[in-house]
Amino acid sequence: MGPRGYRYKTSHSQPGPGDGGATGSWRVQRPVIDLARCTPAKRGKEACFACWLYCPDVVVSRTIPPQIDYEYCKGCGICAEECPTGAIEMVDESAAHEHED
Amino acid sequence: MHVIETGNTAAALAVKLAGAQVVAAYPITPQTPLTEKLSEYIEAGEMDARYVPVESEHSALGVCIAASSAGARAFTATSANGLLYMHEQVHWAAGARLPLVMCVANRAVGAPWNIWNDHQDSISQRDTGWIQMYCCDHQQIIDDTLKAFRVAEATSIPVMVCYDGYLLSHTYMPFAIPDEDQVAEFLPPFRPSYALDPGSPANLNTVTLPEVRLDVNGELAHGYMEIRYLLQEDLRNAVQVVEETDAAYQAIFGRGGAPLVEPYRCDDAEYVVVGMGSITYQLRDVIETLRAEGHRIGVLGVRLYRPFPDAAVAAAVRGARGVFVMEKALSYGYEGALCSDLKSALYDHLGELGTAPSVKGLVAGIGGREIRTADLADALRSGLAGSVPDPNWIGIQL
Ligand code: SF4
Ligand code: SF4
Repeated sequence: MGPRGYRYKTSHSQPGPGDGGATGSWRVQRPVIDLARCTPAKRGKEACFACWLYCPDVVVSRTIPPQIDYEYCKGCGICAEECPTGAIEMVDESAAHEHED
Repeated sequence: MHVIETGNTAAALAVKLAGAQVVAAYPITPQTPLTEKLSEYIEAGEMDARYVPVESEHSALGVCIAASSAGARAFTATSANGLLYMHEQVHWAAGARLPLVMCVANRAVGAPWNIWNDHQDSISQRDTGWIQMYCCDHQQIIDDTLKAFRVAEATSIPVMVCYDGYLLSHTYMPFAIPDEDQVAEFLPPFRPSYALDPGSPANLNTVTLPEVRLDVNGELAHGYMEIRYLLQEDLRNAVQVVEETDAAYQAIFGRGGAPLVEPYRCDDAEYVVVGMGSITYQLRDVIETLRAEGHRIGVLGVRLYRPFPDAAVAAAVRGARGVFVMEKALSYGYEGALCSDLKSALYDHLGELGTAPSVKGLVAGIGGREIRTADLADALRSGLAGSVPDPNWIGIQL
């Protein structure tokens, strides 16, 4: 018999990457940051981080430069929409794979 | 202490004694006097609770769900279309495993609009995952409502305490009010299994994936299917919890002993009439008349409807030649839901033995149609003679 405690009988999740499952597998388009246009990357200073703030899955890091965890990035495109400098491009997953190959 | 009061007052007194901390309700006939009483108790400082007035039943249960999630003992009550209006939240409360208690003063559902009694409102909530108890008199209303809090909190499953609108909600009957200290012994303060905590933020019941997963802490988190299976498992086990709770209540208050089914003259019965709620006590009179005419007949009141006490029901009618199921509700397009449930219990428990009695369904009192004792007796006489009336709706004039 599997676990029967109360926590197993209810659906809880805590804020953090991955608590909605491996949502990276949902992605059709992948956000790719152009560091030449990204403000914190360009200036080497903490700035902007709109992508970190808006990402609903908390998968963009608040670092210089910002990094995206593709294990959980579901490809919603909100970061690309919100980026004030237009540094984030949504690239087709198929194209991204070809690129990697 | 004994009083002569209404069924709604009996329910309100139980909620006060239980120390409910949050009450949210929207008035609807015939439940209204119950929530009015509770707001009076709270206003007068007799009850230390928050009364949340809301604009609808959907919100009433929504408030209770939130209060319970935050660790409060919460209560609501409704009837008929009010219950239907909260239906989505009724499912939610069970799936979220919140130990709420709700009284339902049973009333017919619209259309056409009708304010009188039948059981269609709560029967149509049968599949929501709540525990459902049906009361036959005022004493059972006050006792069951108190037990409901303990059962709900022991199982983390919400409980609906159903009693007939007007026939019980508005009539006056004598009943005993449990002593406060004894209630404290029976029902200690609510200790939630989980309560929202701003220090450790969490989402409850957000999109839950079909598959199991590892959560942010790397621990197993169930998928939707496991969570729903455990509700079903715990509901089936709740039959025993209801029995244990009744035994604990009986030990303190001296009342109880038949929490699943309440048989009356069934021991030697060749025929058993099965029903729920106040009609089963009315049927006791009918049975006396029929016994005097030489029929060996008894009545079985089903007190716990969900989880269905299938084994107890089958055991109670074992040996009988025939069963008549007297219902105030229907699964439209087929037959009374209790009738189907009972047949299924007989198939499971007596089918192999080849001893299952014949089962005939009868419908009575839909939309408050007067249930005349003489009509009940006539319908049963014709059933005993081999065929129930056709149509099987007692008192219908077509
Ligand atoms: S695409 Fe969506 S999920 Fe992925 S990093 Fe951008 S905002 Fe986050
Ligand atoms: S929103 Fe655009 S500019 Fe701002 S940190 Fe993110 S990628 Fe860089």
